[in-house]
Amino acid sequence: MATATQPLPLTHFTQGASERTLLRFSTAGSVDDGKSTLIGRLLVETKGAFDDQIEAVRASKVNRSGRELDFSLLTDGLTAEREQGITIDVAYRYFSTPRRKFIVADTPGHEQYTRNMATGASTADVAVILIDARKGVLEQSRRHAFISALLGIRHLAIAINKMDLVDFSQSVYETIEREFRSLSPHLRGAALNFIPLSALDGDNVVARSERTPWYSGPTLLEFLENVEIAPAAGEAFRFPVQLVIRPHLDFRGFAGQIATGRVRVGDQVTILPSARTTKIERIVTFDGDLEEAIAPMSVTLVLADEVDVSRGNLIVHTGDESSVTREFAAMTVWMAAEPLELGHTYLLRHGPHQVQARVVGVDHRVDVANYASLPAETLNINDIARVRIETAQPLHGDLYQSNRHTGAFILLDPLTNLTLAAGMIEEITSARRTGGAREQFRSGPVTLAERITAHGHRPAWIHHDNHAAAVQLERRLFERGVHVLRLDREVPELLEAGYIVISSAKLEGHVHATVALHDVDQALHELETRGVIAPQDVQDQGEGI
Amino acid sequence: MSLSHLRSIEAEAIHILRETAAQFAKPVLLYSIGKDSSVLLHLARKAFFPALVPFPLLHIDTTYEYPEMIEFRDSFTKEIGAQLLVYTNDAAIADGANPYSLGTSKCCGLLRTKAVVDGLKHYGFDAALGGARRDEEKSRAKERVFSFRDRNGHWDPKNQRPELWNIYNGRVDKGESIRVFPLSNWTEFDIWAYIELENIPLVPLYFAKERPVLERGGTLIPMESNVRLLPGEEPKMIKCRMRSLGCTPCSGAIRSDADTVSKIIEELFVFRRSERENRVIDHDQDGSMELKKREGYF
Repeated sequence: MATATQPLPLTHFTQGASERTLLRFSTAGSVDDGKSTLIGRLLVETKGAFDDQIEAVRASKVNRSGRELDFSLLTDGLTAEREQGITIDVAYRYFSTPRRKFIVADTPGHEQYTRNMATGASTADVAVILIDARKGVLEQSRRHAFISALLGIRHLAIAINKMDLVDFSQSVYETIEREFRSLSPHLRGAALNFIPLSALDGDNVVARSERTPWYSGPTLLEFLENVEIAPAAGEAFRFPVQLVIRPHLDFRGFAGQIATGRVRVGDQVTILPSARTTKIERIVTFDGDLEEAIAPMSVTLVLADEVDVSRGNLIVHTGDESSVTREFAAMTVWMAAEPLELGHTYLLRHGPHQVQARVVGVDHRVDVANYASLPAETLNINDIARVRIETAQPLHGDLYQSNRHTGAFILLDPLTNLTLAAGMIEEITSARRTGGAREQFRSGPVTLAERITAHGHRPAWIHHDNHAAAVQLERRLFERGVHVLRLDREVPELLEAGYIVISSAKLEGHVHATVALHDVDQALHELETRGVIAPQDVQDQGEGI
Repeated sequence: MSLSHLRSIEAEAIHILRETAAQFAKPVLLYSIGKDSSVLLHLARKAFFPALVPFPLLHIDTTYEYPEMIEFRDSFTKEIGAQLLVYTNDAAIADGANPYSLGTSKCCGLLRTKAVVDGLKHYGFDAALGGARRDEEKSRAKERVFSFRDRNGHWDPKNQRPELWNIYNGRVDKGESIRVFPLSNWTEFDIWAYIELENIPLVPLYFAKERPVLERGGTLIPMESNVRLLPGEEPKMIKCRMRSLGCTPCSGAIRSDADTVSKIIEELFVFRRSERENRVIDHDQDGSMELKKREGYF
């Protein structure tokens, strides 16, 4: 590892002439449309599948292809899927060419797997939409295109497959292209690229086909190798803080992955949500200090001033900040068997940031087969809808259409821990309300934020390994009027009740994360600096939090 | 300007390692001493720099490991200041568990699968980082980066938590845990290219040299203290290397002249065979890896 004397050049991380870049694409399809065959062929022809795997397929008792080799068997993973001949979950495949390494999110196509399709699309740069040339634009293709565009994919490759079964007819291809282009107003400006191919015979997959002389565009692989993806480094600088790294008193750095944009030493930055400003002093990596870093590098930032920064905060360039809000509208994909309960308090995870949130209304549901807006009272598994969300604590984010990282979130059930929904911020309906720490909803069940206001302190989970210190701290907090409890079990609900818990058990991910108790005075000081309890003198003046 | 693909997956793995440290009370890195573990450990050193790796390493020792692996383990972890824990299913060893009398499937079940589950429970870890990759085997292609395990350490492939963007849900109740796979999106080629790029030290078994081996069913098995000769077998000196490391009786070597990382990469281009081919356990029964994984195998 290098020392800080000579800055490391950025080219240490960026693509040299001989190096590949990464492209992620998603596919969706069901039993008969040849998706597994297409991916199997891409793997074999780019040598992404190994010889022994191909031999195992050759030796298999199953061959549904009517050709020498059933390519689809290469990608059918789980036993249940092999038995039923269907793909039921997102599977990831890998292959590379001298230009690019590809990560394929291979997803099922049926309506009941809408959520899997959304999962696969969430990280993809390109979607390959399969269409059976004999059948034209079916509901499934429309669904996949809509979800891909909804999840922010900017490039759709429409693979018109099974051209061998329509005699490579140009008019069939053109009819399908025309029909698909008519969907364009619903596809959020995604670029459409049409490719006639036969996955089974290999036409226009990797090699150009002689059977489509009327087609002059790229093969599917050529398209994937050459499509230009706007680099995340070109967007506004967004750095979600994952961890505070403090190995000794002389170093305090904030570790995270640059979601978008670039940052240089000396840049003026703002910490959200506190809105404190400071400068970038160092950009630290194991390989050496950098003068400049770009998305998606994982780095550690050292700031010029001693500002309070913790996990979940967002560091941005001053003058180019994200919105800070507690009310917004979002498109959501409901992913769990348990339906949406309006007004129920969920956890909203937004990068490393977590707040409490509730869905206060459903604007409309989208029928992804015909793109119609329908009224809806609640949401069930695989439903896609525009909803309105209110959070108990301020959220710093961007619209999803301008930033796929800071505009995305998931909803969790605080009791079952399950991931319930994926969401994309579509509209900020009210900007930050300034001039008060009072955080509360307008109606409905009592929330944590309201308890915080009433109790005059925030909840916290204090981890101790010293019984005597724990007893002492409990007494000191109690004397300050804090709702405090010593407890040696994990009862996270107590945090939702607004308590400060001193426990030998650790807890993750709550409003104010675990504080370690080594020394009573130091713990009190830390609780004050983290804003969990008010500093003593302020409280004495009767101002409270 | 874009990152090279190796730097992209490096940044992703570091992000996952940091999420693990932030989300869990007691994480651990399952360290198998192999090349993937070595890459994972290297990434962990990078993720928390200038701090040391903030969680211990746990090695599941089947007692059938190659002696070179143990030597490497002890010297390397000491050199980087990592905390090393070693766990063995002592009860099974005392009962004489070995692949010859039990068969590889049962032996692995006791000395690896059960030992991992018991070891994690013994120390009370709520997250276990592993070096598994999705390209290794078909059932792994569908596993999440944060993969939920119930109270018995079991994986339910049909009921996985959705995982979108790079937002990982690591919430668990007491007794449940998450297996974390930061190298999910790496291929075998990426691993080697990264080892070369970063000059990561490896167990010498990965590099070709003349070794005494047994040829058994098309597989080369290096002679080690506890490999038992079957009737009529005789060791030969063959220039070979290990493509993946497992227990002495169950992981085979391949004929090779590759004695440096760059020669290994060169070989990979030519050699179109998956690395697990030389592992005896994966071929025991159809879908055998999926079965093992449901029970807790890494």
